[in-house]
Amino acid sequence: MYRIVSSIFLAENIKKLEIEAPRIAKKRKAGQFIMLRVTSHGERVPLTIAGSDPEKGTITLIVQGMGKSTRELNMLEAGKSIADIVGPLGTPSHIENFGTAVSIGGGVGTAIAYPTAVALKEAGNHVITINGARSKDLVILENEMKEVSDEAYITTDDGSYGFHGFVTQKLQELIDSGRKIDYVLAIGPIPMMKAIAEVTRPYGIKTVVSLNPIMVDGTGMCGGCRVTVKDEIKFACVDGPEFDAHEVDFTNLADRNRIYLSEEKESAEGTSHRCHLHMDK
Amino acid sequence: MDAQHITNKERLAIPRQPMPAQDPEVRNKNFREVNLGYTPELARQEALRCIQCKDPICIQGCPVNIKIDEFIKLVAEGDFLGAARKVKEDNVLPAVCGRVCPQEDQCEKACVIGKKHAPVAIGNLERFVADWEREHGEPDLPAIKAATGKKVAVIGSGPAGLSCANDLIRQGHRVVVFEALHELGGVLMYGVPEFRLPKEIVKTEIEGLKKMGVEFQTDVVVGRSVTIDELIEEEGFDAVFIGVGAGLPWFMGIPGENLVGVLAANEFLTRVNLMKAYDFPAGSDTPVFDCRGKNVAVFGGGNTAMDAVRTAKRLGAEHAYIVYRRSEAEMPARVEEIHHAKEEGIEFLLLMNPLEFLGNDRHWLTGVKCIKMELGEPDESGRRRPVPVEGSEFILPLDMAVISIGNGSNPLIKQTTPDIEVSKRDTIIVDINTMATSKENVYAGGDIVTGGATVILAMGAGRTAAKAIHDKLMGTAVNHNEW
Repeated sequence: MYRIVSSIFLAENIKKLEIEAPRIAKKRKAGQFIMLRVTSHGERVPLTIAGSDPEKGTITLIVQGMGKSTRELNMLEAGKSIADIVGPLGTPSHIENFGTAVSIGGGVGTAIAYPTAVALKEAGNHVITINGARSKDLVILENEMKEVSDEAYITTDDGSYGFHGFVTQKLQELIDSGRKIDYVLAIGPIPMMKAIAEVTRPYGIKTVVSLNPIMVDGTGMCGGCRVTVKDEIKFACVDGPEFDAHEVDFTNLADRNRIYLSEEKESAEGTSHRCHLHMDK
Repeated sequence: MDAQHITNKERLAIPRQPMPAQDPEVRNKNFREVNLGYTPELARQEALRCIQCKDPICIQGCPVNIKIDEFIKLVAEGDFLGAARKVKEDNVLPAVCGRVCPQEDQCEKACVIGKKHAPVAIGNLERFVADWEREHGEPDLPAIKAATGKKVAVIGSGPAGLSCANDLIRQGHRVVVFEALHELGGVLMYGVPEFRLPKEIVKTEIEGLKKMGVEFQTDVVVGRSVTIDELIEEEGFDAVFIGVGAGLPWFMGIPGENLVGVLAANEFLTRVNLMKAYDFPAGSDTPVFDCRGKNVAVFGGGNTAMDAVRTAKRLGAEHAYIVYRRSEAEMPARVEEIHHAKEEGIEFLLLMNPLEFLGNDRHWLTGVKCIKMELGEPDESGRRRPVPVEGSEFILPLDMAVISIGNGSNPLIKQTTPDIEVSKRDTIIVDINTMATSKENVYAGGDIVTGGATVILAMGAGRTAAKAIHDKLMGTAVNHNEW
């Protein structure tokens, strides 16, 4: 069992959890993830490690309640435990001094982009962060991003805060202004990552995305997370999750992520039903 | 009949006792165990068939050298607990091995009676005594020698690692087993289905090891959570045994393999066995492809393919096919499993090779284009090579396809411990007498050395390594023939 040390909401439905996992805290590098099982009958869910404190032996996860398991996780307060956490998994981000590096996070993807932005800064890059959200109340990690960035931008789809528009538009604006950009990291929903890849492709800017396929074991034994990269099959859990954005087949990824949509809905409805019962008591 | 006063002629006159089983039309709709096990009467009757030969070559046929003649004699005498303990002297997982070993290629193949009659049902008897002990026995732990102060890390809790841990703990070493998944047992938990090997039985046999003092750490991926070098240098292990198996699924590399609805047998079986997706959503949060009323094909002819196709049938598939490019005679699956599959209504499409998976505009699988094959000359493996019949292409409509053409080695250990020598196929190279790798104090055994093989061969390798590790740690004379 893995004990939750702290548990706070960053925005509606987005929670930051600090959990005891000493082995992982000691080993993890930017870009890596864990697989987690909330309860003994729970499914295994992949979540990126947002940070760690090796001395305290804790890791930080930032979780958006999307389906049954993430909602269950988000209901847990400090002091509670979760059944299993395994990691760190995946190949760490390739970090070097690229020059000017842009780290783009869309929605809860900001939490995944954050540790890599930290590592890029430590490697001596001029770091620009673009943090996108649907509206002002969904903006997360604003201060953290500012701290690690030489330039930090926030975009909101509805214009309620920062730049009015999508992260792609902000990136295009930077490119159009003649900024020399050597590296782009983009993490968020599949359509966003795909759109970023198309923005940078004509300029030949090296662009990396962190993919989010369905995973079961997370250690390379099932192939559930396979993605097509440069017409080859790759296992995102072992070979990734980061890949060259210009080589990824995003359509295939989006298709494959839809396989259990109806089951996920069924399962999540079960959760809300149970919560409702609980409230009635 | 009295076990003491029975002639060999009378023994040979007894027919091999069949294993009672659930009716095929009932069992193909549930996940309960197919084989129901011997009754005490059936077990004693079967045990009387053993002629107690002077040179029991059946023992050499068993990769862990169970004292087969002795345990069967005890069964015939009605001392079932004594028989179970006799088996456990050499085999830590008898209830598992009695169920999943290919006895027809091992102990029972060597049985002298088998030359003229049906061989003694050694596997069924092993299973019976192990089940009897679990259901009737008091906890009886084997003697553990005085602590040596030495510490061994076992990586992987599958059959090889468990067998190695068992022999090492008895010698008085401290043993810590590291497992990447959240459950112990390796392929016994995620691969072999509940209807062939109930998971509670695996858990109980592993529980025995815990009682003997073996420590288990789940959720640790060696290579990621900790490296082999760190185990030796920072955590103070004197030796390491690698038993991580062959768990990297192979795909066929044909067009359409990434369509929605095409998955590896490992994924399908892990969802159903380890994650209990057959109980979704009531008892498990893990979903699996909804097979009800659908056409499902499993590509391959091994035991994993049989497990997958029988699982699909139980999940409600209308048609559950085996598609195999050779004929039934070349199938690597156990004869018993093929037989069970046929009884359950599995349809065998033999001498057929898939060329391409076909999908709809949403990229969901709709079918597979196959070509018929005929058998040509034998290939390197000695099996006749299948050759396509020109112009025989056809389309088989499908909703789900499961690929079961074998597994390779996970690259994690190789990537993170480069001083362990591996073959071109990424299997670890060892000295077959000691299972020692090219790295000092690091040993390996099971599928990570041989590629996909059997539970019992992995257990035999675990024993060989345990002997060599013990000799090395204690500085005792090395004579590998006396274990």
